[in-house]
Amino acid sequence: MSANRLGLAVILFLCASHLEGHAQGFAGLGTTAEGFSVPRKGVPLEFPRDHGAHPDYRIEWWYVTANLKDASGQDYGAQWTLFRSALSPQTVQGWSDPQIWLGHAAVTTKNQHYFGERLARGGVGQAGVTLQPFRAWVDEWGMQGTGAPDADPLQNLKVKAQADLFSYDLSLSAKGPLVRQGDRGYSVKSANGQASFYYSQPYYTVEGEIVLEGKPVTVTGKAWMDREWSSQPLAADQTGWDWFSLHLASGEKLMAFRLRDSGNGYSSANWVSVNGESTSLSGDEVIIEPKQTTKVGDRTIPTVWRVRIPSKSLDVVTHPLNSRSWMGTTTPYWEGPITFEGSTSGEGYLEMTGY
Amino acid sequence: MIKTTFLAVISHWRYRPIQLITLVTGIALATALWSGVQAINSEARASYARAASVLEQANLQQLITGDQQGIPVETYASLRQAGWKVSPVIEGTVRLGGKRIRLIGVDPLTMPQSNDAPLVKDASDLAEFIRAPGVILMSAETAAQLTDVQGLRIKLSPSVPEDAAFVDISVADRLLQRKGKVSRFVIAPDQSPSLPPIGKISPDLSIRAGGNGTDVSSLTDSFHLNLTAFGFLAFVVGLFIAYSAIGVTFSQRRGTFRTLRSLGVSLKSLTAILILELTVLALIAGSIGVAIGYVIASFLLPGVAATLQGLYGASVVGTLSFRAEWWLAGLAMALLGTAVASAQSIRQLWNMPILASAQARSLATGAERSLRVQAVLGLLLLSLAVLLTWVQGGLVTAFGILAALLLGAALMLPAVLAYTLGRAERWARKPIPRWFWADTRLQLPGLSLALMALLLALSANIGVGTMVSSFRTTFIGWLDQRLAAELYVTARTEEEAERLRAWLPSRVNTVLPIWSVDGDVLGKPVQIFGVADDATYRENWPVITGGDDVWDKIASGKGALVNEQMWRREGLKVGDRIALPGNFSVDVVGVYSDFGNPVGQVLVGLGAFGQHYPNAAKLRYGLRVQTSELDRVRSALIDDFGLPADAIVDQATLKRQSRAIFDQTFAVTGALNALTLAVAAFAMFSTLLALAASRLPQLAPLWAMGVRRRKLARLEVIRSVALWAATYFVSIPVGLALAWVLLAIVNVEAFGWRLPLMIFPIDWIYLGLAALGAALVSVYYPVRLLSKVAPAELLKVFTNER
Repeated sequence: MSANRLGLAVILFLCASHLEGHAQGFAGLGTTAEGFSVPRKGVPLEFPRDHGAHPDYRIEWWYVTANLKDASGQDYGAQWTLFRSALSPQTVQGWSDPQIWLGHAAVTTKNQHYFGERLARGGVGQAGVTLQPFRAWVDEWGMQGTGAPDADPLQNLKVKAQADLFSYDLSLSAKGPLVRQGDRGYSVKSANGQASFYYSQPYYTVEGEIVLEGKPVTVTGKAWMDREWSSQPLAADQTGWDWFSLHLASGEKLMAFRLRDSGNGYSSANWVSVNGESTSLSGDEVIIEPKQTTKVGDRTIPTVWRVRIPSKSLDVVTHPLNSRSWMGTTTPYWEGPITFEGSTSGEGYLEMTGY
Repeated sequence: MIKTTFLAVISHWRYRPIQLITLVTGIALATALWSGVQAINSEARASYARAASVLEQANLQQLITGDQQGIPVETYASLRQAGWKVSPVIEGTVRLGGKRIRLIGVDPLTMPQSNDAPLVKDASDLAEFIRAPGVILMSAETAAQLTDVQGLRIKLSPSVPEDAAFVDISVADRLLQRKGKVSRFVIAPDQSPSLPPIGKISPDLSIRAGGNGTDVSSLTDSFHLNLTAFGFLAFVVGLFIAYSAIGVTFSQRRGTFRTLRSLGVSLKSLTAILILELTVLALIAGSIGVAIGYVIASFLLPGVAATLQGLYGASVVGTLSFRAEWWLAGLAMALLGTAVASAQSIRQLWNMPILASAQARSLATGAERSLRVQAVLGLLLLSLAVLLTWVQGGLVTAFGILAALLLGAALMLPAVLAYTLGRAERWARKPIPRWFWADTRLQLPGLSLALMALLLALSANIGVGTMVSSFRTTFIGWLDQRLAAELYVTARTEEEAERLRAWLPSRVNTVLPIWSVDGDVLGKPVQIFGVADDATYRENWPVITGGDDVWDKIASGKGALVNEQMWRREGLKVGDRIALPGNFSVDVVGVYSDFGNPVGQVLVGLGAFGQHYPNAAKLRYGLRVQTSELDRVRSALIDDFGLPADAIVDQATLKRQSRAIFDQTFAVTGALNALTLAVAAFAMFSTLLALAASRLPQLAPLWAMGVRRRKLARLEVIRSVALWAATYFVSIPVGLALAWVLLAIVNVEAFGWRLPLMIFPIDWIYLGLAALGAALVSVYYPVRLLSKVAPAELLKVFTNER
């Protein structure tokens, strides 16, 4: 997902001082990596190794979004994210570990958007990712592998989080293979060649429980996980992004994003077939246009979008479940469930940063 | 009618402006000293609260441990993973470039946000704070004193108290060598419901409630009580002035009252008018007093700040902010004081027959009766004071003793003087001396309040002066013992210290390591020092109790010396076993005096120290050097070894600094002493002035019999001086008793050390001369009035026109 994703936020948040000079808005990521590894084309992803952390890269995330329904057909969205942001490319046992972890969790309903945030430093057990058994956690929030020892660690997961007014405990089960985004997992983010390593698991089915203001709700639905790591995924003049993950009615999946910059921007998409074959679509094949905006606080945010991919005969308009899905976290952004209709219909998630 | 009455009543002030000034000054002075002291106290307390909330987030609950080593990092992970929002703190004292500061290592990622002192404002601040080499956040004052910050970037923040600094927890971990162990956790106020109990996660931890109760404020309570007592003493002395001024104005206005009452003004409305008048005066005088108090406080506060820093290590901002609470308190005290001071006069007004006018003699007769009552009451109070010294009580009892002693002595004073005057009268043969003594005795009731005020001021002066001088003498003697080494050096790093240990032995007589660790003993923080087995200690260390073999037991590693304050506070006895951090138990083998140190101290043998605390900083050393070699060794340390000059301190400098700190400490006491004495002198002046007018009936017959006005004036001067002198002599034993209470009871309660009482008669002579000077000044104006009184005025005494 989103080469762009929130990581940006994290980076900006942690590295701004490092990026002085041209740290304007979300453009901060565009600096060269100092001592950090840089994603290279042709380096194959390897599992389960790459499910774990890559501390030699500056940023990384484990990102789950779920479109859920309760027994009465009410829609819900749930988000669970663990970001890693390194101040330097190493890990150290103890308080001086330069790896900073950031957790975001949210539940969205038609009328409400609940969110929580956790910050932690590595090296002391407060947050981290282990492979055997798989576990990604910050404080009491966790994403834990529950599958058979010989299965892929991400095959079956238990995801839980809680904050002031909500909590959830979801079981995820993958019904399809892992999907490498971009060129076999090498995802280009700008015309200048900034890139990240990026793969997804878009085939999760979900069941579990959400508790909102003390009231438990049993839910089922679909979820999508993104794994991405990089050291300099954005160009200096890029200011933010609009990112879509769509579950099509046909069972196909679409990941599409638009990076905004001073010029025409940079768009990209991946079309994923029912059995997991991924086709990378170039910028001129993807047209993403804002249709309608919502005022959230003093920000004007486009919440209704038209997404077109002529080569795939796709032309849909997306609507948010809740146009005020605003994450008022340390670095704020918009993230929430959407539905779409047009040439096809379905549901998914939208993330917008830099507004 | 009411308006006319009011105008008639207050017209008095137009003819007696001096009385008005006296009354207002009395109330203003009383209020000024009281509110000045209160201002200092409230400023200091606000400082502690601010420091506590900044340094410790003391308003929040904390998780603490009994384990000296700290809390393992795994506990942090367990707590967080269980859902507890706690933030770790690693703190301690560290020496940076020759200065010890309190280092507080926090984790800005989890620290609950505080409005008082945001550590980091934004993301870039945060990254800079955490990222190596890290930031050290402190006040500009502290930064100015640091020469070395170990490569940390200094950032200034006015909200960080002096001698403290914030760093990232990883920096504190490294500088304090804690190996990751956490000192305490701050518990965020917003916790999830249904958390597992702390005890289940880590049984070693306990919750400390949030609030303003801090160590430093309980330590300094005694000091503030001291100041408050002083303020109250000054208030009482000021009240005497107001009391006598009000008494005089009432008696002089009896004629007016009589006329008004005859014209049909009811007693009720007259009283109401008088109360209104006094209230207005009290408010005016109170406002002046509060303003003066503010000025006094702002002059004294830097001294108080230095004292608190020196005695308790408490940091107080040296500037005063204007607080509504003591404005109001000051005005309330002025009103209350005026009410107390005028109650008797108003009661007399009610009880007096309408047409009775004031007669000096009739007042005096009543006074003679009350003289006896006062004497009995005074005796009772003195007995109570003696009784209380047997009661083991806290600081409040100690101040109870002081109050009973001073008040008892003051109440006894008129009786003692009356008795002395009676003896003198009998002893005198010639008529004029006989008249002189008899007349003085007659005047005594009128003067007694002023004399009591004077006694209080003089006794306080002698008492506090004796305490300070005794303390100073003892302290300097103790410094000589304690600072036996000729040079003190501090290495900058452990590596340098190691080189120093190799370099020194061939160049100096003896190297005495001064190594210490901080830890909790008997639940309180103490410093633990390792001492070498050396003649320096055997010969010089100020041991109070302990056998001859104290130093052998220390050297063996089984014994420990504790300082006096710890010994008293914990009620330790020689032979008691105490548990030190790190599974180290030692027997108390002796006690030594340790002035100016707020915390407990334990001395153990150097060998045992090194064994139990291998990681203690080994940076400081005392060096024994021949005096003649001193300069050579010092320059060799700087030039050959490469130690910076400020890392070497010689004994003389250290002693000079210590003495300067000591003198600074008691500058406040001296200032308050002088102010109290000034107030007492003013009380005397106002009383004499008030009496001067009523003296004519007594003096006119003598004048008529041929005694010249000039001689009468001389006699008046002699009378005043004689009364002053008598009071002064009484004040010496009272002052010494006061000094004894301060040294043997108050000091022990307040600071934890007892001092020997030493007598400094030369100081009394100075005080006597100052008092004499004040007497002459206060008597000058009233007597000049008397000597210049027109013969016609004296003649009027024999007419019916009065």
